[in-house]
Amino acid sequence: MSDRVTVAKTYKLYIGGAFPRSESGRSYPVSDSKGGFLANAAQGSRKDARDAVTAARKAFGSWSGATAYNRGQVLYRVAEVLEGRREQFITEVAQSEGVQLKKAQSVVDAAIDRWVWYAGWTDKIAAVLGSSNPVAGPYFSFSTPEPTGVVAVLAPQQSSLLGLVSVIAPVIASGNTCVVITSQDRPLPAITLSEVLATSDVPGGVVNIITGRTAEIAPWLASHADVNALDLTGSPESLRADLERSAAGTVKRVLRNKVNEDFTVTPDLSRIRAYLETKTVWHPTGV
Amino acid sequence: MAAPTTLPSALADAVRDESSLRRFLHGLPGVDQVGVEQRAAGLGTRSIKKASKLHAIDLAISMVDLTTLEGADTHGKVRSLAAKAKRPDPERPDVPKVAAVCVYPDMVRTAADELQGTGINIASVATAFPSGRSTMDIKLADTRFAVEQGATEVDMVIDRGAFLSGRYGEVFEEIVKVKQACGDAHLKVILETGELVTYDNVRRASWLALLAGGDFIKTSTGKVQPAATLPVTHVMLQAVRDWKNQTGELRGVKPAGGIRTTKDAIKYLVAVHEVAGPEWLDPHLFRFGASTLLNDLLMQRRTQLDGHYSGPDYVTVD
Repeated sequence: MSDRVTVAKTYKLYIGGAFPRSESGRSYPVSDSKGGFLANAAQGSRKDARDAVTAARKAFGSWSGATAYNRGQVLYRVAEVLEGRREQFITEVAQSEGVQLKKAQSVVDAAIDRWVWYAGWTDKIAAVLGSSNPVAGPYFSFSTPEPTGVVAVLAPQQSSLLGLVSVIAPVIASGNTCVVITSQDRPLPAITLSEVLATSDVPGGVVNIITGRTAEIAPWLASHADVNALDLTGSPESLRADLERSAAGTVKRVLRNKVNEDFTVTPDLSRIRAYLETKTVWHPTGV
Repeated sequence: MAAPTTLPSALADAVRDESSLRRFLHGLPGVDQVGVEQRAAGLGTRSIKKASKLHAIDLAISMVDLTTLEGADTHGKVRSLAAKAKRPDPERPDVPKVAAVCVYPDMVRTAADELQGTGINIASVATAFPSGRSTMDIKLADTRFAVEQGATEVDMVIDRGAFLSGRYGEVFEEIVKVKQACGDAHLKVILETGELVTYDNVRRASWLALLAGGDFIKTSTGKVQPAATLPVTHVMLQAVRDWKNQTGELRGVKPAGGIRTTKDAIKYLVAVHEVAGPEWLDPHLFRFGASTLLNDLLMQRRTQLDGHYSGPDYVTVD
């Protein structure tokens, strides 16, 4: 029997729950760690980013309005589907990051566990970060955390799955929606994650995934007036100052952390807290 | 039947009586459906960038009939709409004002008080909008009331039932009478193309409205789907162009309903330029009936000038 010809894949973007081609019509080859061809990925443009922000804004109302319990269920369902795609993720992580299968296995397992960890947090955030404040007067005063809005996430360049999950899950757990620019050279696990999100219960637009050149698209998201927060994790060091400057023009929350963050350690609440605003309500007592 | 203006002999013959009107309307060449849809789609792909885009946005803003036609309208809402019409983007005084504010007759007085001396027109829908299902007397009273209250433009609906049953004379008489009731106010005739079914009917209704003296032909009420579409607007633009060729008079077109984005608006402007001609690129001859379109135009204008994308937080909520 002759060898069959394998199907070479050309992936698309994930915007608003659909998989459109890049508006620019461009794509770029993705290689494994040794330079061998893996697949073609769409090379997103600034207009794709703009469309993604529109989709994220549209999804924000219902996602942030969903009960924390419901969001937890939805995220847990994503973890189930991730588990079902485990083998595919292991292959992709091994190819993209150039690690042994055994190492890739532990990375994928850690990523799924990380997702479950954040899924568990959804209905505990308000209890942990909110408070009932003592005030000198006949009032109740409550502070509750509320999601910031649309978050632009520059996903880590090195850790293509565990890092990706570690930056997306905390954003959506608290009710934000996001536009993610994937790792430029290792986008395949992110593309598969978009397929997972599309086939689980996550409403379209809550997570939008754009593959392409980070340095090309990031400035447009940083200056976009309808983006409320920016995660600089995957930004090259040289670009950070400029991105922060443009983000300041529209008063965005900016998460600026170490360039080579170690995602294998169990996180704390800092990433969830970064995309929350505190709302304080005063209410007269005894009325 | 009385022709409203002195017409060239061929057109004067058409309005002599109902049977000649029918002969004329049915003698109009049929619309090539595939052709007009293809041409509309083709023109829609034209790319307008940079300075031309900015110019198109400003032109589109000056062509907007800022509309609120909800059962829940209040005087306060009309006042805030009028404020927005005068100064669409308060932080940018160079933004042109819109062409008109379009409201229900009972809100005309409020709008007129707010817009006095600004040069912004006050349009009112009348004649039992949106269905047009009432008696002639009531429709005329509705029109007179709107004009008395201060409307400078009247948007009337035609009796689609009569038109579709072929009672063209009835529709013609109705437009002529409403036109008389309008006095000096401009008359826009709403064809409600979503209910006319075919492009041939749209062409006939356009000619009927032009013959009867409508200053503008308007696609829709905005209450019926589909509302304005590009191919329908093409057919109507052809009608006003042909009217000009035969009579020398300039009449306007107003697509209304469903135009929400700057991209859509620019597609319409391209169609106006290519089908009717550059002289129709003027708020006196082309209008957009819209409410949400204005915010998108303002956001796009900011995007062009600021060099980054704008957001709905920077325009008014209405």
